[in-house]
Amino acid sequence: MHDRSAVAPRRLRRSGRPPGFLAIPGLVAAAVALLPIAYLAVRAFESGPGRVVEVIVRERTALLVGRSLALTFAVTAASILLGLLFAFLVVRSDLPGRTVIGVLAALPLAIPSYIAAFAWVSSPVDVSGFVGAFLVLTASCYPYVYLPVVAAMRGIDPATEEVARGLGRTPWQAFWSVTARQVRPAAAGGALLVALYTLSDFGAVSLLRYDVFTRVIHTSYRSSFDRTPAAILGLLLVLLTVTITVTESRMRASSEQVRVGGGVARRPSTIRLGRWAWLAGPLTTVILAVALVFPITSLLYWSATGLSSGVDVGRLVESAVTTAWFAVLGTLACVALAIPVGILAARYRSGLVRFLEHATFAGHALPGIVVALALVFFGIRFATPIYQETPLLVLAYAVLFLPAAVAAVRSSVAMSSPRVEEVARSLGKTRGQVLRQVTLPLAAPGIAAGAALVLLTVMKELPATLLLQPTGSTTLATSLWTETGVAAYAAAAPYGLALVVLAVVPTLILMRVQATR
Amino acid sequence: MSEVMIRGLAVGFGAGSERTEVLRGLDLDVTDGHLTAVVGASGCGKTTLLRAIAGFVPPDAGTVSIDGQVVAGRGVHIPPERRGVTLVPQEGALFPHLDVAANVAFGLTRRQPRSRVGELLELVGLGGMESRRPHELSGGQQQRVALARALAPEPRLVLLDEPFSALDAGLRESVRAEVRRVLRRAGTTALLVTHDQDEALSVADSVAVLTNGTVAMHASPESVYARPTDLGVARFIGQVVELPARVRGREAHTALGCVLLSADTVSPSANGSEALGTVTLRPEQIRILGVDQPGVVGHVEERTYYGHDATVAVRLEGEHGIPGPRVIVRTTGALPPEDEVRLAVTGTGRFFPTP
Repeated sequence: MHDRSAVAPRRLRRSGRPPGFLAIPGLVAAAVALLPIAYLAVRAFESGPGRVVEVIVRERTALLVGRSLALTFAVTAASILLGLLFAFLVVRSDLPGRTVIGVLAALPLAIPSYIAAFAWVSSPVDVSGFVGAFLVLTASCYPYVYLPVVAAMRGIDPATEEVARGLGRTPWQAFWSVTARQVRPAAAGGALLVALYTLSDFGAVSLLRYDVFTRVIHTSYRSSFDRTPAAILGLLLVLLTVTITVTESRMRASSEQVRVGGGVARRPSTIRLGRWAWLAGPLTTVILAVALVFPITSLLYWSATGLSSGVDVGRLVESAVTTAWFAVLGTLACVALAIPVGILAARYRSGLVRFLEHATFAGHALPGIVVALALVFFGIRFATPIYQETPLLVLAYAVLFLPAAVAAVRSSVAMSSPRVEEVARSLGKTRGQVLRQVTLPLAAPGIAAGAALVLLTVMKELPATLLLQPTGSTTLATSLWTETGVAAYAAAAPYGLALVVLAVVPTLILMRVQATR
Repeated sequence: MSEVMIRGLAVGFGAGSERTEVLRGLDLDVTDGHLTAVVGASGCGKTTLLRAIAGFVPPDAGTVSIDGQVVAGRGVHIPPERRGVTLVPQEGALFPHLDVAANVAFGLTRRQPRSRVGELLELVGLGGMESRRPHELSGGQQQRVALARALAPEPRLVLLDEPFSALDAGLRESVRAEVRRVLRRAGTTALLVTHDQDEALSVADSVAVLTNGTVAMHASPESVYARPTDLGVARFIGQVVELPARVRGREAHTALGCVLLSADTVSPSANGSEALGTVTLRPEQIRILGVDQPGVVGHVEERTYYGHDATVAVRLEGEHGIPGPRVIVRTTGALPPEDEVRLAVTGTGRFFPTP
């Protein structure tokens, strides 16, 4: 009877504790994600806390904070306004052509802000400084509010508004008192994303010469022999973005609770615009013209000029290949680091897992310029062989886009039931075998889609690529940036066009596919 | 030979003041080759019990042994893949990326012949379906593939977790009968967990009633229904009529008159004094008599018609103007047209003294 030797017993283990073969690579991913910010802090305080205080209390720094916050506030407020307006018109109004407007209104999200900025810089109108940055960033950012609000409006049970009507409200009153209140969490979540994007943006503010954090950090790093102020300013910027990110995730958590349990079958009723249609129609046309038609037309115009006057096609192709190559490497690194963390986050609940998830989320709050700066410092000091070489750039991409990859892995693993894995265990497979034979094959389509999105996002990345690209190689984004910087618009535009063809168009297709899935 | 022996099994979740004890010192024996059903209300710990046996939940105390080998408890925790315990979960949980044959073959070791796949699919009535994908199968077919998959590695024990609850009523009957036939044919020891008492009674060789994290009663289906050992079991399995009673010897005085108690109900009044408590009857033990026959008078409050039979709720006449207890009567005859009926008891009742 006592044939225990046949099956060697193992010491008791809490089922909640994650297995080492996932936890150890997960810790590596967390270390990679936290390395830049940790080293930036070390670097900033190297010359002593006195130096930090001295840089922070400078009048120039106060002005910088003021300008950054003013721009962030203005862009966020305008994005909320535009986002809500478009969402209302598309979902609830009887505006003619609202279906087409609904699609077009989301598209500016796909245009990198530096391409939109290129359009303004290369135009005869002078919009540099605050006005330009405000225009470009608002046009790029309002979809962050528009998209979640549209989803929220469509998700609201129309019965709530019907109840309000039954209690004596007019259609407008019912909309304001019931629906508008319910989309508030979605709008707030989107607004925080806008604020984060604005603070982190480098391309648009640099091309439009508006001195906010990212631009000043870059100039200070480029021009000055003493790079400590750049590190300190970078740290200060991270302080702002982290505050926004924490607020955003809190908001999102509470807004998700709001949406739970709304079984919706019907479409909400339409609110007649009446005379307002005369205003709404032209207004949406103008906004879409500024946000979408103008940048694309400008890019096409300058590309045509450039191509007809003879552009270095060899360099263009080389840039495109380099862009794709870096993006592939960056994506592979991202996904490899994300897989253990994503699986742990989907399947285990423990303090360690929470820490890993939060740590790999750091890239979400780190502006590209800050990550790049930190890795430059790190490379010069500790990793000279890979400084200005591909591995360091790939590391920067991994840090920046790890959050997206982890989210893709987590959600695609979470889509299959843990019961399926338990069945596999009970059929005699070890944890590792279950991972290879069940968990990963099931999650593979979702992970692949997430990887494709990361790939396309990496191609558009500008600040980190600019600072860390290997000596002698250029990407489409950095070529566009450099040529625009010296006002060679006709030479710059083909790079932008190639980028749109290579990265933006596939992004749109992929987003569409994911939305219909 | 696969006998499962569970002793003093305790499992809880959470920590500190949040902690809830789900299983509290549970004892259960599963006989070799039998299909044993564990029945209980939702949230009583049935699924936790299965997960503890399978090895996904470590017990806080107690032991689980299979064929005399401790697989959990006493510092031993054999991982699920080495217990020889397979699962048939709710909704089947087939591997969606594998076809039917690969699903069934998933647990086969290299030494086991691949021909088992075809044999098992024949056994569950799905011969020729090898290359179908799980999403191409109906709910009932998915369950049968899940069963074949669980039987393929010749496990020591198969655990079935509410395997029929996702099926619609018509299909449930036939899949249930099918599963029972297949398990009998394979001679596999199996433990079925369900909240459906009809399912437990009709399918299993023995039924264990789970209440408050322990087994309240474990016996044959007939015993559990006809001779429940406590009031909780009587209430959970089937409908029950409860009557306050005064008992002397084997005779109970109730609002339905004098009811004879079954012989195995321990007489609490051996010394001849009177005991107070509850007498239970099943609704089919109460008959509706003709208007002219002598019986206990009651007034019909509700009639519920099921087709094959019907139940009638009757309020008995009380004493001193206080209405008497309400009883449920099951009848296969015509529903009584009039509101006043006369009732009589057949068979014996069971007595549970007031604690």
